Amino acid sequence: MSIFFAVIKHDLAMAFRRWSDLAMPLVFFVIVCTLFPLALGQDKELLQAVGPGAIWVAALLATLLSLNTLFREDFDDGSLEQLALSEHPLSVLLLGKTAAHWLVAEVPLVLLAPLLALGFDIPAAGREALLLTLLIGTPTLSLLGSVGAALTAGLRRASGLLAVLILPLSVPVLIFGARSADLAARGQSIEGPLLLLGGITVLALTLTPFATAAAVRVTLD
Amino acid sequence: MPSVAYGRQLDAIFVLSMWNWFFKLGSPPHFYRIATRLEPWLMGGALVLLVIGAYGGLAMAPPDYLQGDGFRIIYVHVPSAFLSMFAYSVMAVASAIGLIWRMKLAFCVAAASAPAGAAFTFLALCTGAIWGEPIWGTWWAWDPRLTAELVLLFLFLGYMLLRQAMPETRQADRASGILAVVGVVNLPIIHYSVEWWNSIHQGPSLMKLETPSIDGDMLWPLLVMIVAYQLLFIGILFTSIRTQILLRERNTRWISDLLS
Repeated sequence: MSIFFAVIKHDLAMAFRRWSDLAMPLVFFVIVCTLFPLALGQDKELLQAVGPGAIWVAALLATLLSLNTLFREDFDDGSLEQLALSEHPLSVLLLGKTAAHWLVAEVPLVLLAPLLALGFDIPAAGREALLLTLLIGTPTLSLLGSVGAALTAGLRRASGLLAVLILPLSVPVLIFGARSADLAARGQSIEGPLLLLGGITVLALTLTPFATAAAVRVTLD
Repeated sequence: MPSVAYGRQLDAIFVLSMWNWFFKLGSPPHFYRIATRLEPWLMGGALVLLVIGAYGGLAMAPPDYLQGDGFRIIYVHVPSAFLSMFAYSVMAVASAIGLIWRMKLAFCVAAASAPAGAAFTFLALCTGAIWGEPIWGTWWAWDPRLTAELVLLFLFLGYMLLRQAMPETRQADRASGILAVVGVVNLPIIHYSVEWWNSIHQGPSLMKLETPSIDGDMLWPLLVMIVAYQLLFIGILFTSIRTQILLRERNTRWISDLLS
């Protein structure tokens, strides 16, 4: 367990040393969210209707952007190999890296989402639900992404491939997340979908670390 | 108790011979020979059944009381949809076998299954759209089964692209295998998550525990078509597995013996 937190601490320290990497997905997220109202026009009802979905899609794309660097540098400088050779279980170490990715790349995005929801004229209930669904759903995006990032870490120009691999797998999270935020904005109860979203996250948390570890071993092969 | 011991011995012999059969099947030269021999039978059988099924479906089956002759596209649509799922299962199971037992032939099966599966998925989507236009009045609906089928196509494409991107066959095998296994866990979740919306897709005609909700005269050509598609798929699978084997083993002795 202590090694798990040690990996997180190390990765956080690395991330804060280069804050441009940290800020880039966030800025991307904000820009994509502003593009929707500009493209769709000023119609408030329309913006309200598409808002939760648009913000969720933007979050998904921003995640993809940050996933590219998850294992790439560690693969290039050989530290990924060191992790694989260490006495600790590789899945735990990689889970630590994934957790650090979530803290660095997803949490700021989640906190920013309700603010962006104001631009879509989404009511308070919807903003709360957006925060909640993103908070519960984004760990799954990081976890699924870690599998894709591990599979493509050794490949050059793999960002397009990563998108093709990860986006179809993120469909359930997107559906539950965006739909329940939308339901909440219409004043309905979202307890059910929220629990399902949590279930998916727990499932991803249980299974993906093994897939990620297997994928890293293949990449290092 | 001699009889019990004897039975156990028989069991052991049976299990051993099963394993032996399994491993023998896993040897590329052996499988290559079997596939070469079976292929014409599979393709021929598929052709005969396709003709019977098509005649039964297009000429003999009565028109639907609601959809008229429009329903007849079912004889292409349902088999392709069935085969798309089947091909994905073959790919995932073969990948899992390959990852667990490090069996080269299993990866050949998985790699061969993907393009055929993608083609069937594409066919199912196209025929579905063509069927939907006159009957539902729309080419496309974001209905659970349609969306799951579309995501299935994306998964097939991702699998093939990942294989393409990896220069080394061994690495490509294992990496794409992991992707296939992750995808197969995800598929039911995708299906049920989309089921949330109200579906306009008609209920299942076949996969019901009670009697199928389809008339016997309409049903038998459908079943014939499904079997025909199945044979066709296995035939195509064998052809491309053989291609895979030739590609991978091109530097071995038995291939040069075979081709000389």
